[in-house]
Amino acid sequence: MERIATTSPVVTERPAEARPAIRVALSRLNDRILFALAAVALLVSLALPYWEMTLLAPQYPGGLKVAIYLGPRGLAGDVAEVNGLNHYIGMMKLEEAATFERAIAPFGIVALAAVAALAAAVRRRWTALLSVLAVLFPLIFLADLAYWLWYFGHHLDPTAALSSAIKPFTPPVLGTGRVGQFSVIARFGPGLYLAFAAALASALAIARRWQSSQRRVEVG
Amino acid sequence: MREPIRPNPPSDRRRKVSRRRFLGVLGAAASLPTAGALLGSCNVLQRKEAPKLGASAEEIIKQRQLTPEDVTAALMTYMPSGKYDEYLMFSSTGHGGQVLVHGLPSMRLLKVIAVFTPEPWQGYGYGGSPSKVLEGGSFRGRPLTWADTHHPALSETNGEYDGQFLFINDKANGRVAVIDLRDFETKQIVKNPLLVNEHGGCFVTPNTEYVLEADQYPVPLGGEYAPLSQYKEKYRGVLTFWKFDRQKGRIVPEESFAIETPPYWHDLADAGKGPSEGWAFWNSINTELAVPGILEGRPAMEMATTQRDMDYLHVVNWRKAEQVVAAGKYEEVQDFKLIRIETAVEEGLLYLIPEPKSPHGVDVTPRGDYIVVAGKLDPHVTVYSFEKIQQAIAAGQFDHDEYGIPILPFEQCLETQVELGLGPLHTQFDDQGYAYTSLFLDSAVARWALGKPYRDDGWKLVEKLPVHYNIGHLAAVEGDTAKPAGTFLVAHNKWSVDRFSLLGPLLPQNAQLVDIAPDRPMRLLYDSPIGIGEPHYAQIIKAERIKAWDVYPEVGWNPETQSVDPNAVLKVGEERIERRGKTVEIWGVLLRSQIRPDVVEVEEGDEVIWHLTNIERAKDATHGFALGGYNINLSLEPGETQTLTFVADMPGTFPFYCTEFCSALHLEMMGYFLVKPKR
Repeated sequence: MERIATTSPVVTERPAEARPAIRVALSRLNDRILFALAAVALLVSLALPYWEMTLLAPQYPGGLKVAIYLGPRGLAGDVAEVNGLNHYIGMMKLEEAATFERAIAPFGIVALAAVAALAAAVRRRWTALLSVLAVLFPLIFLADLAYWLWYFGHHLDPTAALSSAIKPFTPPVLGTGRVGQFSVIARFGPGLYLAFAAALASALAIARRWQSSQRRVEVG
Repeated sequence: MREPIRPNPPSDRRRKVSRRRFLGVLGAAASLPTAGALLGSCNVLQRKEAPKLGASAEEIIKQRQLTPEDVTAALMTYMPSGKYDEYLMFSSTGHGGQVLVHGLPSMRLLKVIAVFTPEPWQGYGYGGSPSKVLEGGSFRGRPLTWADTHHPALSETNGEYDGQFLFINDKANGRVAVIDLRDFETKQIVKNPLLVNEHGGCFVTPNTEYVLEADQYPVPLGGEYAPLSQYKEKYRGVLTFWKFDRQKGRIVPEESFAIETPPYWHDLADAGKGPSEGWAFWNSINTELAVPGILEGRPAMEMATTQRDMDYLHVVNWRKAEQVVAAGKYEEVQDFKLIRIETAVEEGLLYLIPEPKSPHGVDVTPRGDYIVVAGKLDPHVTVYSFEKIQQAIAAGQFDHDEYGIPILPFEQCLETQVELGLGPLHTQFDDQGYAYTSLFLDSAVARWALGKPYRDDGWKLVEKLPVHYNIGHLAAVEGDTAKPAGTFLVAHNKWSVDRFSLLGPLLPQNAQLVDIAPDRPMRLLYDSPIGIGEPHYAQIIKAERIKAWDVYPEVGWNPETQSVDPNAVLKVGEERIERRGKTVEIWGVLLRSQIRPDVVEVEEGDEVIWHLTNIERAKDATHGFALGGYNINLSLEPGETQTLTFVADMPGTFPFYCTEFCSALHLEMMGYFLVKPKR
């Protein structure tokens, strides 16, 4: 595999005005720094919530909050209270959701950060290619979350006290929903925003690495 | 002619009501011919009788005929929904045996703290763990279910309320209770083993080292029998210093001590602060040493105890008394450390100063430099200077009473006397150098100026405010501390006479809120009827000083030990029942909306030990646990664990259930306790 160098003296560039502006902009980016930033953002995201849900009802003036961390904190907030309320409609305990995904998530994120770091350190196309996983990661997270929200809302215990009063439903991934007297407000957490930032940085870095390697190929 | 039933207030409204009634009858009679017209005219008449209040403040003021003063008072006291009161008042309830907590300035009753009297809502005395606290206050092994609470005392740090603990006495039985202000629950009741009846408590030293308590009606030490003919020889007064362990939140009787006195009746007390820290002061009555005996021809006590012109202010050096006890110069009487009169005299622990006869309150000024004695039968307050008292002690020119206790010369200790009016009882202070004294016979509060260093225009009456009626104690915001707040004052009136709707011949007490802000006359703001006891003393604290829990800190919390109970069940599914011979032990949980386990079956005669944990973490998610027939009801607040022990000596089928409406399925939160009869 050929070695990539963005500022190779042998490159004879076409006049700038002849190239699309987006490619010009891309060419000003440093893929190593972008990958490094992605790695850092992913690691920091372990300490922050990925998804937050607030339940509002008249008798809970401060609301009830549940936050999902992919780091060691796991499920946080008023989990016991929310579980206690959910049992009336026959919903599973929050701890029972996505047990496999939550078990591997901390290792997965560390692995993704390691991949991004590798791409920053080793300036090859294959290292960049591996970082596609970091680009996909937040989308996978949201897809999995949506699945579990659907699963929870559609697997209510038929023997629960309020089972006949509640039709199967899907709590929102983002935005507001309503269950009984509760307004449910779902938000993306800062962890997820960092994961999105890491995905964007990785995507740009991959594109940049491709651009420079393309140019090198063109010239070569 | 017999008076008709009299609505309150009597004059105006009665006339109006009867006129309306008359019109109503007329209207009904006129419309008798058709039923429809009857209904219609009734509606019209009803509307006329109770006109809806207008939309604007002006209209309402006009319709309710409110004066500008009424409107100001309403604006100063109204508390919109969700807003908190700035101050909390802790009042005794007299022979109600409990403590009331009011919010100020709204005067809303926020809580009744169960102290000496069983109280089912709080599950106090109905089988659960708090029953042990009540049992701790037994009188020679006999359970008591009431008390005569008089003087609540908030714990202090550097002479200011610290919001941690509250103490209150029981006059009838000679007891003191400790309330923890993290959960507002009574933790301990101690019985004073030396006396039966008391009054001079609770008052705390400036850092709550000791809680003061003294007899009222003397008995022989320990309350044993002795004929009244031996009053002078056998009967004794007792000045008690209960040692308080703040860490444990308990009074430690083994480290407490008392000083024996002649059988003078001790009345109120206060602890010195600032320059007088380390000293304590008690008033006394009946230095005549009179005993009752109307049938034997002796005068009634009200006369017999008021023959001498002067009684004795007791001045006690408790710091030194502490050292005397540490040096072992005490006797164990009834397992309690007692300093005998002779030792107290020898060691210079106790001095007497003449005071106008049968005084009531003794109150130390905020800086600790003066001691104000209210005359009760004398229109003056008598102000003693602590500095002068010390000089008199140093000068050593003493008389002695017949028990050999030194009497300091009155004139040498006196700072001044201020004439206030009839029946001065108790004094509180503000932050402007004013003192406030209740005048029982005048039914008024007197505002008077303290002298230097408080004010240059001092030692004189400023104004009096009528209150309704027969004021006893009064409480100003932090008004007995080193830093009074000087915003509000509450007059605790013994009689309400015509202030409230009549509800039979037992009338409520009247707690009246008074504005004492500086630079304007005092004004009456609000009447708060007290329908569950007779408040004596009260203390008012800034609400921010109290750091109460909203739920217990951890699941499985035992409020008695203030730590997690080893018998708590921390998770649903871990509840269980074990049988060991004739003992059945249950580890249960409560949560919305289940009591687990929900079936407990025992044999008649089995001992039942039932641990119950409310595993909730939500604020206000309290569960009750009621077992009908067995006189059992617990209140399990979020996180709380209690243990219930009883003998299942009554066979039958007993539903148990949650008594605190907790959830939509609260009614379903039940189970059965089955007691199989013996064959």
